[in-house]
Amino acid sequence: MKNPRILMCSPDFYGIEYEINPWMNTRVDADPARSLFQWRALVAILENLGATIERLEPARGLPDLVFTANAGIVYHNLFLSSRFRFEVRRGETPLFDRRFVDAGFRVESLPEGMFFEGAGDALFCGETLFAGYRFRSDALSQQWIGERLGVETLPLELVDPRYYHLDTCFCPLSSEQAIYYPGAFDDYGRSVLAARVDRLIEVHADEAVSFSCNAVVVGRTVILNDVSPRLKRDLEANGYTVRATPLSEFIKAGGSAKCLTFRIDGEDAASWKREAIRRLPPRPADPRKNDLHSPPES
Amino acid sequence: MTPQEDVAETDERADSQEFVEEIEVHGHIVDSLILPKILDRILQMGGSFEIRKCEIGARRVDPSHARIAIRARDADLLAAILGDLVEHGATQVDVEDAKTVAADIAGAFPDQFYSTTNQQTQVRIAGRWIDVDDQEMDCGIAIDRSGRRARCVAMADVPLGLPIVVGHAGVRVIPTERSRDGDVFGFMGSAVSSEKPKAVSVRAVADSIRSTRAAGKKVLLVGGPAIIHTGSAGHVAALVRNGFIQKLFAGNALATHDIEQALMGTSLGVSISKGEAIEHGHQHHLRAINTIRRLGGIRAAVDKGVLTSGIMYECIKADVEFILAGSIRDDGPLPEVIVDTLRAQSLMRSAIKDVGLAIMVATALHSIAAGNLLPARVKVVCVDINPATVTKLLDRGSFQTVGLVTDAEPFLRGLAAELVGDIKT
Repeated sequence: MKNPRILMCSPDFYGIEYEINPWMNTRVDADPARSLFQWRALVAILENLGATIERLEPARGLPDLVFTANAGIVYHNLFLSSRFRFEVRRGETPLFDRRFVDAGFRVESLPEGMFFEGAGDALFCGETLFAGYRFRSDALSQQWIGERLGVETLPLELVDPRYYHLDTCFCPLSSEQAIYYPGAFDDYGRSVLAARVDRLIEVHADEAVSFSCNAVVVGRTVILNDVSPRLKRDLEANGYTVRATPLSEFIKAGGSAKCLTFRIDGEDAASWKREAIRRLPPRPADPRKNDLHSPPES
Repeated sequence: MTPQEDVAETDERADSQEFVEEIEVHGHIVDSLILPKILDRILQMGGSFEIRKCEIGARRVDPSHARIAIRARDADLLAAILGDLVEHGATQVDVEDAKTVAADIAGAFPDQFYSTTNQQTQVRIAGRWIDVDDQEMDCGIAIDRSGRRARCVAMADVPLGLPIVVGHAGVRVIPTERSRDGDVFGFMGSAVSSEKPKAVSVRAVADSIRSTRAAGKKVLLVGGPAIIHTGSAGHVAALVRNGFIQKLFAGNALATHDIEQALMGTSLGVSISKGEAIEHGHQHHLRAINTIRRLGGIRAAVDKGVLTSGIMYECIKADVEFILAGSIRDDGPLPEVIVDTLRAQSLMRSAIKDVGLAIMVATALHSIAAGNLLPARVKVVCVDINPATVTKLLDRGSFQTVGLVTDAEPFLRGLAAELVGDIKT
């Protein structure tokens, strides 16, 4: 198996400069030294697991650029770029797009007026794309993505503003397994997850607030901010090794391990990774669609 | 559709959900439970829905598609529901304003005019759906200068420059809702049948008359001369006298033979009491017409004490509006008979505005003429010995009609007995 490729951005310009979720409080800023220390510890764990960390140049004025998970989503050689809900994050998009063009991806954007925040809100588990909506991404954009990729996409409404991205309350471990916090979903969402994920590991409310669902999965290792003995047992019983590493400085901005990483080669839980490279579905004939930065056809 | 599906009480309509918009929802809406969630949300918020179209994807990766009409009791609630559903990925179906073209010739519509039905219709003007007033089939829709009102207008009544709706964009028809209770329209399983227990049907019509009156609406009788020939004039006169009929549409013949009977005791020369032809009786109706013409009209004959009984007499006494529309074969005619067809049509059009129930007895042509003017919400009972009369009404779009195939006399006798009690004829 090829080494996992993970895009990360050093927290050189990270800080709490605005408030766009309930975790953020501009009067409680992140400590730069501790942020850097925590971030480097995460990098070290991932590198130890054999991952290649690809670094994105930090940019002044874009404190949340560290949360690379929100760049977009990858599917084979297509990078679907995010359209951020809040203006303060929109400056990140050109930097991410350029990076993925350089990496040889075809980069596309959603139509104007849609909101979509990448792997923060769209996670493959098996062949299905589970897609969070309400606070950041909208349901219409998730349906658009399902059609563009030609994959089954199940929009799940997020009902608790603390869990404003799907990756704060749901984490696929493999194509059949996931951890999730039920309180972040309504009855419909819980029913969909129960019906469509073979093995669901429940995270309790006190674990969810310490971002136990915001985990990075590399092979059979789950890396997260903090883990309760109960959840650790559950994960180990399912064959996973758990690595906890403090990320408290990033929780001040409403992010943790998963938010700080972007799996360039696709998450392990995504079935499409196991398939031979296949042709993408033809591009939609939607004139609104922006096809930015496409590399020249060879 | 069968008639009983289309007939709603007038008072039911008042509290029905009048504001409607359509949404579309697309994607993996079944497995994600988005579709059931949207339908649940509509109901929870106090609206109702109708799934207009639903295509389920064949394979798991195939998207499904649903088109849903949402109804709400007022515009604010509808807007709130739409706002909520947008959050779940629903999109409002693209709707355009109605297009209008100013009438370039008086008395004719512009080409491509929208031809109306008798069903409640709305047009979209400046982004808002407004009800079309004076709903009538086979008309055009005129928009007033303010752009806030729309109404049906007959071809002949179009003045030069009147903005007329063209095409189908921005026009929608709101189907009449089903009747909830078991009135005559629910009871009558088929539109026209000779195989119904007549007493039950007559009782049901009597109930409809009572409920129409209770709702503050008027009852219209459209009648042919067979009412007189069959000896039913007394029954109708009793119904008029006792306030169960507020309007009468007929022709020269009904009025003539009614007056002939009142003055001479015959109808078309046949004695109503004995059933025998009277010598020189064939002249009786001409003599009756002549008498009335000499007096200056039916009202004058009543005022002068010459006409003292019958349907027309009771109409004058009870101040029941009657419109007698003439035809080419009329004798006389009586002075009140309107010989200008378009004028008669126009007067009938004004007269039906507050009608809630129309009872059409033993006349094909007047029934069709009245049926053409009535909006679908007005219930119609058609009584004729010939089933073809009812069929003709239905064929011309008056599908809110139920028919009773029976002779006029037993029906009217039964109806009068139900409503008025024992009566002398």
